Amino acid sequence: MITNKDTIKELAAQKKRLDQRNLTDYRQPIVIETNISWTAEGSAKVQVGETIVMAGVKLSIDKPYNDTPDQGGIMVNAELLPLSNPDYEPGPPGIKAVELARVVDRGIREAKAIDLKKLCIKPGEKAWTVIIDIITINDAGSLFDVAGLAALAALRSARYPTVDEETGVIDYKKKTDKALPLTKEPLPVTVYKINGQFFIDPNLAEEKACDARLTVASDADGQISAMQKGGSSPLSVAEINEIISLAKNRADFLREEMNRQMGGRK
Amino acid sequence: MVYKKRLDGRNNNQLREMEAKVGVITNADGSASFKIGKTWAIAAVYGPRELFPKFLQDPKKGVLRCYYNMMPFSGSGERIRPGGNRRAQEIAMVMSQALQPVVDLSAFPNAVVDVFIELPQTDAGTRCAGISAASMALADAGIPMKDMISSVAVGKVDDKIVADLDYREEHIEEFNPESAHASVSDIPVAMINNTKEITLLQMDGEISQKDLIAALELAKEATSQIYEVQKKALKERFAKE
Repeated sequence: MITNKDTIKELAAQKKRLDQRNLTDYRQPIVIETNISWTAEGSAKVQVGETIVMAGVKLSIDKPYNDTPDQGGIMVNAELLPLSNPDYEPGPPGIKAVELARVVDRGIREAKAIDLKKLCIKPGEKAWTVIIDIITINDAGSLFDVAGLAALAALRSARYPTVDEETGVIDYKKKTDKALPLTKEPLPVTVYKINGQFFIDPNLAEEKACDARLTVASDADGQISAMQKGGSSPLSVAEINEIISLAKNRADFLREEMNRQMGGRK
Repeated sequence: MVYKKRLDGRNNNQLREMEAKVGVITNADGSASFKIGKTWAIAAVYGPRELFPKFLQDPKKGVLRCYYNMMPFSGSGERIRPGGNRRAQEIAMVMSQALQPVVDLSAFPNAVVDVFIELPQTDAGTRCAGISAASMALADAGIPMKDMISSVAVGKVDDKIVADLDYREEHIEEFNPESAHASVSDIPVAMINNTKEITLLQMDGEISQKDLIAALELAKEATSQIYEVQKKALKERFAKE
């Protein structure tokens, strides 16, 4: 495949892409599979074009933080596996993995998509912690959007494990049919600016050619819950306004796709 | 003796249901997915590529390097903290050694062939599933190989010599009250398909010499079944092109 930045930029000026897509189209196929891992409380594998990301949810019972004694917690971690891209090396998460985890985390946390109070079992003593692990299987670009979709699908599929009433010990092998208190469905969409044009869902070559990017997490009501600007070029307020409209529209498209493949929620 | 019937109803020589697919990661030079029961291994091969740091290079031939990793949500209990541990290090080492006898890297001096093995879910037998996946991924990458490696655990549960133990059989005293004092031996084996020579052999538990040899004989038959699944998946991959 041609990975010439200049070619991508020249084509951008004519609103064209190397793979013939419209600038705001996601790659096909979009495949959302859930319950792919029996050992996780919830899990999903999402494929968008050639990019494949898995997400797994594990639950544990911990003591709530002192300043929020009546709330459980959430945590998002991302692993850019060396299995998924020749540029990734074994070792602790680098800055790219940390940014991915934190942007997905904020989209969910700040939307209050999970009702943390409902995770509380006994105030000051016991509450559920929800840990979402995002794992790249094939990084062919657009990780924020694919990871955000995988994380939400995994959360939707998650079921609490059984807890022994007397000992308080979790039996991870026996799941209940109780779902997580998921109240909203925020999804991050990243808009990339290449040569003055706005792109959605770039492949790796397009990612490298980008001047700036803005990730916008928004829910079904159009509320924005997180943003992250990247890239070395600035964006004007007018551009940001346009990007947000585009991101909301594309988040709606992804949510529809998820509902179609997973069945509507409840 | 009390272990009359296997917990999941299989015959003693019967493997769990298998599913193999080659070419699952487009970024990799070779890749494969191998499921056996509820254990799932994905392998990706990158290389031959230049090996850094340079002092690790071998001017006579390429180096084969394996990595083994259980995903944080792949254990049957609590979340596994990412970042590797002694168990993963040891498994990666024995995996490399299990594959090396059939891999010929003499044409690639100073280079490395990296094999990354990831497990999204596990139910015992992970190193064996990983080796079976890795062997397909190496073939997919076009790495010169003399033969395929097929791997499965055999062992003795109470008085039965069985193939492909799952988690419940490995912990029989917990899941089968009648076998509360039963002994279990778990023997991961990898074999070169044509010669049936052994390239991986580990064991824990207790077993007599006679039973061990019987278990290894069973491994010949069991690895042949795995080989058939590997061969079919490789053929399907290249029939497409």
